[in-house]
Amino acid sequence: MNGLTFDIAHMLAGGLVLVSFMLLYQDRLYALLNVYALHALVLSLSVAWQAYVQDAPHLYVTAAIALVFKAGVIPIALHRIILRLGIHRDIETVVGIGMTMLAGMGLVALSMVVMLRVTPEADPLAREDLAFALSVLLLGLLVMVTRRNAIGQVVGFMALENGLVLAATGAKGMPLVVEISVAFSIVIAFVVIGIFLFRIRERFDTVDIGALDDFRGERR
Amino acid sequence: MIAAGFQAETAVLVIPIIAAVVLALLPSYRLTAQLNVAASLLTFVAALSLFVVERPVPGEYLFVDDLNIVFIVLNAFVGLTASIFSASYVGHELETGRLTAANLRFYHAMYQIMMFGMNLAFVSNNIGLMWVAVELATLSTVVMVGIYRTHEALEAAWKYFILGSVGIALALFGTILVYMAARPVVGEGNDAMVWTILVEKAADFDAALLNVAFVFLLLGYGTKVGLAPLHAWLPDAHAEGPTPISAVLSGLLLNVALYVVLRFKILLAASPEAIAPGPLMITMGLVSLIFAAFMLYRRRDIKRMFAYSSIEHMGIIVFAFGMGGPLANFAGLLHMVMHSLTKSAIFYCVGHIAQIKGTQKIADIKGLTETHPGLGWAFLVGVVAIAGLPPLGVFMSEFLIVSSTFATQPLLAIPLVFGLMVAFGALILRGTGIAFGEPTGSTAPSNASYLPIYAHLILVLGAGLYLPPPLVGWFQHVARLLG
Repeated sequence: MNGLTFDIAHMLAGGLVLVSFMLLYQDRLYALLNVYALHALVLSLSVAWQAYVQDAPHLYVTAAIALVFKAGVIPIALHRIILRLGIHRDIETVVGIGMTMLAGMGLVALSMVVMLRVTPEADPLAREDLAFALSVLLLGLLVMVTRRNAIGQVVGFMALENGLVLAATGAKGMPLVVEISVAFSIVIAFVVIGIFLFRIRERFDTVDIGALDDFRGERR
Repeated sequence: MIAAGFQAETAVLVIPIIAAVVLALLPSYRLTAQLNVAASLLTFVAALSLFVVERPVPGEYLFVDDLNIVFIVLNAFVGLTASIFSASYVGHELETGRLTAANLRFYHAMYQIMMFGMNLAFVSNNIGLMWVAVELATLSTVVMVGIYRTHEALEAAWKYFILGSVGIALALFGTILVYMAARPVVGEGNDAMVWTILVEKAADFDAALLNVAFVFLLLGYGTKVGLAPLHAWLPDAHAEGPTPISAVLSGLLLNVALYVVLRFKILLAASPEAIAPGPLMITMGLVSLIFAAFMLYRRRDIKRMFAYSSIEHMGIIVFAFGMGGPLANFAGLLHMVMHSLTKSAIFYCVGHIAQIKGTQKIADIKGLTETHPGLGWAFLVGVVAIAGLPPLGVFMSEFLIVSSTFATQPLLAIPLVFGLMVAFGALILRGTGIAFGEPTGSTAPSNASYLPIYAHLILVLGAGLYLPPPLVGWFQHVARLLG
């Protein structure tokens, strides 16, 4: 593998981590969705590049799914749901943005330390890809735990899942990658439809998980 | 005969799929409830036939070995009894208007899809396919937990979905890492995900990578097992969904996730340089056990209480497998089977009780042995069994776990016994409160289906009194496989 292909792969994977950080400080729902669309776009480019480098045409399917479905259909559908259900556009975060960013940096450092230390023998591209993927995964998790809002949590979950797709495509020759990305897309579609069909808005007035939390089962 | 083995193997997968399609298309609920039972019966017969026919050679995707055959049969059996219970349960729900005919169509189709997912997880020889199967089983239960569409049910389903997805995501990352560890040795492509090949060559894998992979897998699938501190979804999902689903969740789905963890534990054991998974599993098991034991005292909701009891028992089982060694593994396997049978029997009872009394609050249910002796005594036997009193099966497996712990690590036996005692107190306290005392609430006769309850309790009692030698030999053999 020559230097340029490596650098491009590196840049795209690193870009995904960067966009994950951008997700952390969004406090409006629409902005969050736009950044997520960007996230999916970068993922799609990264996967397409891996498909080219590894000469694995089936990965183009995964890239296409990321581009059409995750960067297009899902954000648009969520936009419309927010409009239709009249959900509050502001996101309530659990902790302050400064703390969240610091925690995010800590998580990235953690994943670098863990992954780079245990994979000295793997080939450098897969190795760094895996470290980046773990960072994206953990940052997605952080987005999920710091949002009190159902749509915010879904976006966090989708970001987390993008990290998994990055890891799966980085593992050269891994079977079932396309199937797994299709399976994940189905899950996401299912959730988005679920928010709409179960009329979470109608039942709870907000899609705010905090509002759902008043039910604790034991203190009725 | 090999062809017959292959047919039996595919039959446990194909029957639920066909049934799901048929059930989704048929409108009449009486017919679909009966067809659901019939399909579960067919699956059970197919699963039993696996004992008789010769095993097919492990394929790229599917295989049957000594470990999973026990679980396939157990799965099909509890699936069958739960479908019988479900038929009478949903009839009542339809009468009271909590569910509509359209809901039921969906419910029955989902029930079979869930059975398909669980059976697939057991027979899959490919760690990727295993992951897909667990995900499928989880998602089908998520929608069933939310089927009542009440505030509480939707919250439970949402929590279950979010935590379950995080778990499943971590598990996938672990699976990818296992592939990465296997690739340099096995070569690229599908072979590096085939479990039987992985186990053969695990000795040469990169141990450090395998260690990290196992941590992710344990956390990921551990979320599904309901290990503390990743258990938050479990009580809600059990309490708010239809009771047949609570029974299947506790009795089967937790076992599925635990089975997958065991598969990876075997893989780790085959690699000499990898960390021993024991301490990790022992810690998680003990934390779950003691935490759940204390939580049992504060429960006001009957289904929620038994959900915590499931967490407690999963903790005991994970602890046993963490201890390792032939005896503890034997006890762990036995406990998985006993817990599955006992807990689902309890949930069958609880389902009928909650329907008769119209409430799930423990304080509002009293004197059941007087008003409904059949149900009340069966419930009491179930509680006594799950609390771990002799001569029932759960006592036997718990006794084996405690004694093997005393033999190897006496200090660890102290927290174990402490947790067991705390849980015992809570269960007996609440159980007797429900069974005896001045009867409260409705005394209307119930048209409960006793067959599933009694079948389970008789099996548990039988296992406590006498385990047939071939069965013991079988369990011992599997226990050795587990290392």
